Amino acid sequence: MAHFTKANSVYDWLDQRLALTKLWKVLAAEYWIPKNINFLWAMGVVLMTMFTILVISGIFLLMYYKPDTKLAFDSVNYTIMQEVWFGWLWRHMHAVAASVVFLVIYIHMFTGIYYASYKRGREMIWISGMLLFVTFSAEAFSGYMLPWGQMSYWAAQVITNLFGGIPFIGDELVIWIRGNFYVSDPTLTRFFMLHVFLLPIIIMMLIGFHFYTLRIPHVNNQDGEDIDFDAEAEKYKAGLKKESKVIPFWPVFLSKDFFVLSVFMIFYFYLVFYHYDFAMDPINFDPADPMKTPPHIYPEWYFLWSYEVLRGFFFDVGPLSAMDMGLIAFGIANIIFFFLPWFDKDPTVAPADRRGGFFFWFWLMVIDMIVLTIWGKLPPTGINAYIGYLAAVGFLALWAALPALTGGRKGLLWLVILVTALLYIFGYMEYTKALGNGFVITVTFLIFYLLFFLSPVMVKAKGGAQ
Amino acid sequence: MNKELKILAIIVILVGITYWGIEPYAHSKMHPHHEPATFKYEDLKALNLKGDPQRGAQAIQNNGCTGCHSIKAAGIPAPMDPVSASASYGVNPPDLSNIAAVVDKKFLANFIKHPVKAAKLEHKFGSSKPYPMPDFFGSDQDLADIVAYLESIAKPQDPRGAFKVACGRCHDLRYDGWTVIGQKPKFKNEIEKAEFELKKAKYEANLKNYLGTTPPDLSMYIRSRGPEYIRDFVEDPQKLLHGTAMPRVGLTEAATEEVIKHLEHVGDRKKEKRDHLGIWVLAYFVILSVLAYLWKEKIWREVH
Amino acid sequence: MAKDRRDFLGMVFGGFAGLGGLAALYAMKRTWDPLPSVMAAGFTTVDLSPMKPGELRTVTWRGKPIFILKKPPMDNCKTIPDEPKKRLVKVGDSDYLVMIGLCTHLGCIPTWEPDKKIFHCACHGGEYDACGVNTFGPPPRPMDIPPFKIEGTKLVLGEEGPEYKKLVGKA
Ligand code: HEM
Ligand code: FES
Repeated sequence: MAHFTKANSVYDWLDQRLALTKLWKVLAAEYWIPKNINFLWAMGVVLMTMFTILVISGIFLLMYYKPDTKLAFDSVNYTIMQEVWFGWLWRHMHAVAASVVFLVIYIHMFTGIYYASYKRGREMIWISGMLLFVTFSAEAFSGYMLPWGQMSYWAAQVITNLFGGIPFIGDELVIWIRGNFYVSDPTLTRFFMLHVFLLPIIIMMLIGFHFYTLRIPHVNNQDGEDIDFDAEAEKYKAGLKKESKVIPFWPVFLSKDFFVLSVFMIFYFYLVFYHYDFAMDPINFDPADPMKTPPHIYPEWYFLWSYEVLRGFFFDVGPLSAMDMGLIAFGIANIIFFFLPWFDKDPTVAPADRRGGFFFWFWLMVIDMIVLTIWGKLPPTGINAYIGYLAAVGFLALWAALPALTGGRKGLLWLVILVTALLYIFGYMEYTKALGNGFVITVTFLIFYLLFFLSPVMVKAKGGAQ
Repeated sequence: MNKELKILAIIVILVGITYWGIEPYAHSKMHPHHEPATFKYEDLKALNLKGDPQRGAQAIQNNGCTGCHSIKAAGIPAPMDPVSASASYGVNPPDLSNIAAVVDKKFLANFIKHPVKAAKLEHKFGSSKPYPMPDFFGSDQDLADIVAYLESIAKPQDPRGAFKVACGRCHDLRYDGWTVIGQKPKFKNEIEKAEFELKKAKYEANLKNYLGTTPPDLSMYIRSRGPEYIRDFVEDPQKLLHGTAMPRVGLTEAATEEVIKHLEHVGDRKKEKRDHLGIWVLAYFVILSVLAYLWKEKIWREVH
Repeated sequence: MAKDRRDFLGMVFGGFAGLGGLAALYAMKRTWDPLPSVMAAGFTTVDLSPMKPGELRTVTWRGKPIFILKKPPMDNCKTIPDEPKKRLVKVGDSDYLVMIGLCTHLGCIPTWEPDKKIFHCACHGGEYDACGVNTFGPPPRPMDIPPFKIEGTKLVLGEEGPEYKKLVGKA
């Protein structure tokens, strides 16, 4: 048994039993962060804060929200928005936070990609982060259904329908997920359960896991420098604060985060009070009506890029319908970021601007995802269909090219570019109806997917083992 | 620090482009542009005669208007209750006391003369399906007199009144307790409630039969459509929603503003609070940011 | 020897515990299944006898609009010579068109325009002729035919009768 002495203060009493001092050291005061970072490293704390806001505002929404298709709309739009004291505040905070949290997630993700913070021991950080992204997506999708407006309904209808594309079990799976043949009361109540209980719990556990994965490899820095954290920490503790390459999480790192966070809050609350339309689509203020489709159906902005990958394939290829082609690409798009550490064959940890071709890859990816996002919202008519196709194929092509690019395989890289160019030309011919579901195009797609799936396996990592 | 500003600038630009693409640009593609409402009703001919209210009162009697319409301001009761009226005409004909307070004078004259044309409902009504209100065959002077009379009795309307006169016989506004057959009363017992619901259901069925669809409840329209759309739509429904069963009702600009004010109150009554509190919250975070910056500078001075 | 037995017991214990877990999973899966009442409501019976020729009726089946058109104006079904006839169902002594009233493009509900004898989808301007065959715009295929069975003058939606199987070539 541990040895207890008479406590000389409440803190001491607790410390003897809970080891508070030690805990604080481990978690904050002697948790070391590189000094060489910029404000992009504050996004994690911003995300944590946004999630906290979501939980707190969610709890207060829960007090009056009614998960019943007959009551949901009015409980939100009348009771919460117009009767409950500050109900409107919680709702706007919740809806806007749900939207900007994705903006921050994307910035956080692309920071990781830019500075190569997903390899050389940081793979688990990356994977747990992606798991968070996926569960956040599920959380947002289930939450968007709750106010039971037109967009809630039709987005749910369209998205659940996508599961119908899975071979053999698709149709039954859709009914199983919905609990009915169409989105209706059982769908609302089960998604309510997911939204307010199961998914938040999973998210909290994943956040804990994500923090834990940071412990051993530590966070990266602006130069990708491999820091000896123990030695630098000793320096810091010895008082050589200016010479040491590290800073403690508390108070040095957090003091900067708090500043970034405060500025971010100005932006966030400006949206909450004066500019919420992008997060709360006006169409969703019409009550759900299964017999009346809104003229334009689109998901929330943060899903637009993958939605456009789905829609981008507008013609049949061999035995596969346009819808199947879209679904395959959509399925890939949703999980492909998990595999980034294995598509990137270059073991160097350095910012993209010091990694040659990867720099272009990074910016092409950013531009492509922005194009996908914008065209995901535009009506898919006329030339928009072809632009969507360019961007969707471009997205896959960037991934197919990555192993060759980072593994230094020039020949393979050119092959991917050539096949992609062919797909662009064939797509244009399909668009102008000059080509009808040809054999050549089927073969080209086959080669394209072969390159896509084989290159990450076949290309060897540069400089030996990974 | 310079580098951080550069990163921030890049993020702001990229986010700005994306925002522009998915909001203003995409919406301009989804909702084709239309000319804003002028409330001039230029397709209608003005009636350049001076009317005499007294003769107008007489003309209203002579032309049989009160066979369908009540004029409560003049003590003329409705010939039928709303539900029976809707069974006969599809919709309860309006009480004429305050019509002229919300409807444009030129429009009113044209509507009386030839309702289907003024309402722009030629695609719905014609010889095979006659409009419940017949054309007016009297002289233009009679018409001017009637309009003058209606103007003389009309009392200015507050926002709620304007809504009731202009929209309330076809649209519910449940967040304000308004139904197409009137304000929902406090029920003494379940029977009263059931009777009211039955009347409402009957009225709505007649209305649906008449228009082909049930006009929507407008409680949240201020958020789902926004004031500009409502304004332009009311002035000329066909322009924004081709083929709609909603008639052009010919409101004046001022009356439209009143209606919108009411919809704002009913659908978004916390807006003022929001706008007001927003300033304080933003100010709070501006100050917090300054303090955070000072604190951060102090702490980082030790390590840099 | 003793060690082996302990391991064997451990495996039996683990296996049995796993079995319980599977049983629990099964219960959870079943709880997500649609209720029997929901499944039973998956059938809609429509009496076709009171319908007038050329009249469009919309009924709901599984939350979807179903268009039923008696004696569709065939002169406006000219796209594919044989296609329209294949899409008609004989009930009693009249032909009917029965189809799911959702645009095959992105699922909006097209409206029937009796004067032009077409279905028009307001979402992206798709058009279908009086037989529900796509004639213009983005829709990729004719409107779908729901599974049905004929019972006298009644149509039962949701069950695959012989007429349905013949129509979609499943027989
Ligand atoms: C990752 C965290 C979360 C995300 C991304 C998220 C997202 C959303 C979204 C997009 C909506 C619809 C907003 C609207 O149009 O009003 C919503 C509604 C709602 N959420 Fe969440 N949410 C999160 C966490 C939570 C939590 C933890 C709770 C409760 C403990 C909660 C409770 C609710 C309730 C009751 C509603 C319905 C009220 C309403 O629509 O305003 N949410 N959520
Ligand atoms: S959904 Fe009908 S044309 Fe697009």
